[in-house]
Amino acid sequence: MKLRTLAHSRTGDKGDTSNISVIAYDPGDYERLCREVTAARVQQHFAGLVHGKVTRYELPGIAALNFVMTFTLGGGVTRSLALDAHGKSLSSALLDLELPEEGGA
Amino acid sequence: MTRSIRLGSGAGYSGDRIEPAVELAEHGDIHYLVFECLAERTIALAQQARRRDAEAGFDPLLETRLRAVLPICAAKGIRIVTNMGAANPLAAARKTAAIAQELGLSGLKVAAVLGDDVHDAVLAGDHRFEESGTPVAALGDRVISANAYLGAGPIVEALATGAQVVITGRAADPALFMAPLMHEFGWSFDDHARLGQGTVVGHLLECAGQITGGYFADPGFKDVPGLARLGFPIGEVSDNGDVVISKVAAAGGQVTTATCKEQLLYEIHDPKRYLQPDVVADFTGVSIESVGADRVRVVGGRGTAPTGTLKVSVGYVDGYAGEGQISYGGPGAVARARLALDIVRERLQLTRVQSSELRFDLIGVDSLHGGRLSQRAAEPYEVRLRVTARCETLAEATRIGNEVETLYTNGPAGGGGVFRSAREIVAVQSVLLPSALIRSRVEVIGA
Repeated sequence: MKLRTLAHSRTGDKGDTSNISVIAYDPGDYERLCREVTAARVQQHFAGLVHGKVTRYELPGIAALNFVMTFTLGGGVTRSLALDAHGKSLSSALLDLELPEEGGA
Repeated sequence: MTRSIRLGSGAGYSGDRIEPAVELAEHGDIHYLVFECLAERTIALAQQARRRDAEAGFDPLLETRLRAVLPICAAKGIRIVTNMGAANPLAAARKTAAIAQELGLSGLKVAAVLGDDVHDAVLAGDHRFEESGTPVAALGDRVISANAYLGAGPIVEALATGAQVVITGRAADPALFMAPLMHEFGWSFDDHARLGQGTVVGHLLECAGQITGGYFADPGFKDVPGLARLGFPIGEVSDNGDVVISKVAAAGGQVTTATCKEQLLYEIHDPKRYLQPDVVADFTGVSIESVGADRVRVVGGRGTAPTGTLKVSVGYVDGYAGEGQISYGGPGAVARARLALDIVRERLQLTRVQSSELRFDLIGVDSLHGGRLSQRAAEPYEVRLRVTARCETLAEATRIGNEVETLYTNGPAGGGGVFRSAREIVAVQSVLLPSALIRSRVEVIGA
């Protein structure tokens, strides 16, 4: 199952740091997102793109996670040679993350 | 007494659509119309314009926007707050007064907020970039601009003069929205909890259409009606800071808990510590609930005392970017594009083009997320090769696109649609300055 079926997402940029929100459509899925979408998993998903560290922040009040990824945007939107210098399309890449099917919980 | 102030957000960036702001002024029943128009690099580019012309350096769309909304705002008593002053708020204020006079709006008072320009202070001290750690002074005359993110203080001061239009240069985006609330409700700068929620309000509204369904649609998963007629948001704020986000009923788009959540986390790092000039805002206690059709209530922002330093964006010339693109289509398109890529790579070596960074992308294959995430995707019908490089001089940067262009007669079969460019790179890094070093002031111009 793709993360896209459980959550929606938006990317923001500040300098060379990208942040990607992962927001549960159904707050009931928040615990599952916390379990499956770890900072390590996101770091691995973006291997080769994130040259710094991935930090995860939790917002249970709105059933959302926020991933902050340093050294990711080719020096930042003003310097980057990338086509998508803001890294705005990264949210779509994260939603392609494969989640294990779940029976219970 | 329960009184509420209705803030309209008229632009989320400098090139944003014009009509949604007109719609807000006409039908939004708003008290304030705020235009946030300054991206990170905008002031540096505007400063270059100001060096060429002393009366230039403010937002190029200022005149178009204000001509569209000023008559309505003047008639209804809607006050305007905007950072369209960019590198020259005073000239922007003079221009605004002149436009008002032309429109027959006599007596319109325009206030300019000054003091964000800290170019000299940043070059004088031993200041180092937060990002790279290198000293600013080492850049010498490559530094174009240095502007501090001012807080709500000088904007509140400007509103207290009775000015109908307040024009700033660099200011923290949420402060443009928080200042009218502080002015109307008399919130104190010591009331950090209130300023935390005020920051939530400003942060939600500052990107305009991004909270009313813009930048949100994903067909089949998140469908949004009427995006071509997207309405911009209204924040209906109570004196305790609680806000209901809505839009003009007839406008396109939608305001839902989902659109509000996406915008709340947009460009946020640690949600417990969102650093602002007047407060360290804490978004972790925020709750978001639907209270009607296209009406969402957002409460629970908190805050603590500010850090005592202000972020300063320093714009500087960072070399030149050269670029060339060419397309291939039909059977074997990707193989021909890869062959073209190898040819250009070898040519750049053979002809000794000097660059400090060189990048090859196949648009349609791997340009957005790299080769690893895209490797399992089906082969596209058409693909576009893109070659970019960072060079020391414009002449060297020009050679990148030229090498791509020579693929027409020297490269693989069927390449078409060459585009090439070479441009100066104006980069931005930041420095922290003690707030006490920054002296803002307000100048009022009467029409």
